Amino acid sequence: MKQIGWNWLGVVPFFAFALLFLVLPTMNIVIGAFQNPQGEFTLRNLAGLSSPRIVDSFAISIKVSLATAILGCLIGFAMAAAVVMGGLPGWVKAPLMTFSGVASNFAGVPLAFAFIATLGRIGLVTMLLRQWFGINIYAMGFNLLSFWGLTLTYLFFQIPLMILIITPALEGLKREWREAAEVLGASTGQYWRMVALPILFPSLLGTFALLFANSFGAVATAYALTGSSLSIVPIMLFAQIRGDVLQDPHLGYAMAFGMIVVTGLANLAYVIMRSRAERWMR
Amino acid sequence: MKRFWSWAAIAFGAIYFLLPLIGTIEFSLRMRRGEYSLDAYASVLADPNFRATFGYSVVMALLTILLGVLIVVPTAYWVRLRLPRLRPVIEFITLLPLVIPAIVVVFGYIRLYNTSSVLPLTGTATGTNILLLCGYAMLALPYMYRAVDTGLSTLDVRALTEAAQSLGAGWVGIIGRLILPNVLGAVMSGAFLSFAIVIGEFTMAALLNRPAFGPYMQLLGANRAYEPAALAVIAFGVTWGCMGLLQLISRLLGVRKTAT
Repeated sequence: MKQIGWNWLGVVPFFAFALLFLVLPTMNIVIGAFQNPQGEFTLRNLAGLSSPRIVDSFAISIKVSLATAILGCLIGFAMAAAVVMGGLPGWVKAPLMTFSGVASNFAGVPLAFAFIATLGRIGLVTMLLRQWFGINIYAMGFNLLSFWGLTLTYLFFQIPLMILIITPALEGLKREWREAAEVLGASTGQYWRMVALPILFPSLLGTFALLFANSFGAVATAYALTGSSLSIVPIMLFAQIRGDVLQDPHLGYAMAFGMIVVTGLANLAYVIMRSRAERWMR
Repeated sequence: MKRFWSWAAIAFGAIYFLLPLIGTIEFSLRMRRGEYSLDAYASVLADPNFRATFGYSVVMALLTILLGVLIVVPTAYWVRLRLPRLRPVIEFITLLPLVIPAIVVVFGYIRLYNTSSVLPLTGTATGTNILLLCGYAMLALPYMYRAVDTGLSTLDVRALTEAAQSLGAGWVGIIGRLILPNVLGAVMSGAFLSFAIVIGEFTMAALLNRPAFGPYMQLLGANRAYEPAALAVIAFGVTWGCMGLLQLISRLLGVRKTAT
């Protein structure tokens, strides 16, 4: 008993750090979301989130996050499946994984610059399409500073993240399962529909939730790309912290609280799904 | 047929990922009219603000790594040795920075450490620097902790500790001269990831008003045409360098592990 009494001293620095720079600041915002300027308990801030401007910003944020998560999952899965079981030569995999490691960390301001230089009004691809094929994508309604522009940009770190997470899961599919299915007369389609996909399903859904949260909380790329012209939640919160654009500090806390709720739910889904997926990966 | 679709998927991905890189490089060379030149790079490198902010962020990144190591290595070691029941709790806390968006945390900093609070860190430049440093260490916590914990899992922590103690080593000696060198590879991989994260970080630095590289890049992007592309190439090079070194180290250590 005496030993246990002193052992906890060793983790005091860690807990102090976590408390001071992670837990307390977050709690502070959450509590602020339920307080009025006089410090009394209220639900008015949360009710204030239903103003059209804020609802719109949450709607477009969720739409962008859904689109990048769905497309990131599909494309990433296709590329990972191609490398793991598509009969490609072995040298393809290592560079792809290395590149994915780099690209999944290449987010933020420089990523926005890269896409402006490529698909902006005088970007390389925009110019080449016009010169070679006479296609003016901006005249056709494309705009990098829009929903699809943002989605296209976010995919640059979403697809690699999917590849990094799903490749081990695909490699965990045992050859025996496929052979057993084939012995029992299953076609390739049946094997995928009835064996592989049900096993992979928790991994897929979990990674989807992770990609969703990843895109929902991203600030820098969107800010450098669109300035404040596309009012997604993080951008609005950024403007709110800088200059109180909502003219109600406590509405700002409620908005931040809303962000925690959305990313928290997405991550909870990820954790639950991953623990389910691990049942098959032993 | 299967192989065709596989190649198609990889080719599609390769085009999507290579075009922005080629586009950025091409754009960064376009500053002088009618010919390719390195003018944009010269302009960036000659800018005193570039050197100041880049230097600031490099120093911050190194300090973040130092702080991260000081917090994570003793904690992960101690939990493995004496408090294994706490491991899930610690692991959960280290994952929180991935759940709570950085912008919310920094919002909390501004509220909690303002000039009228008990700990008025944002009142002075030094205080704000310390706050930003702690924020960065918090951002890097998930990566650092997981790397170090994986490294520790390959060691017999208990036996090593008992051996050191029987030779008369104190706790500082055990952690600094025994545990740290043994998980150095893991620490390095955590360190490179932290470096890549901190060097271009925008949100925290911008909201705390610190002259870091991320806000500088954003400002330049809003005001110039060709320099941002050059900056993006430089930033991509730094990220690539960090990840390359990370892979190199894990491969070297992998070789050593199988050799011994």
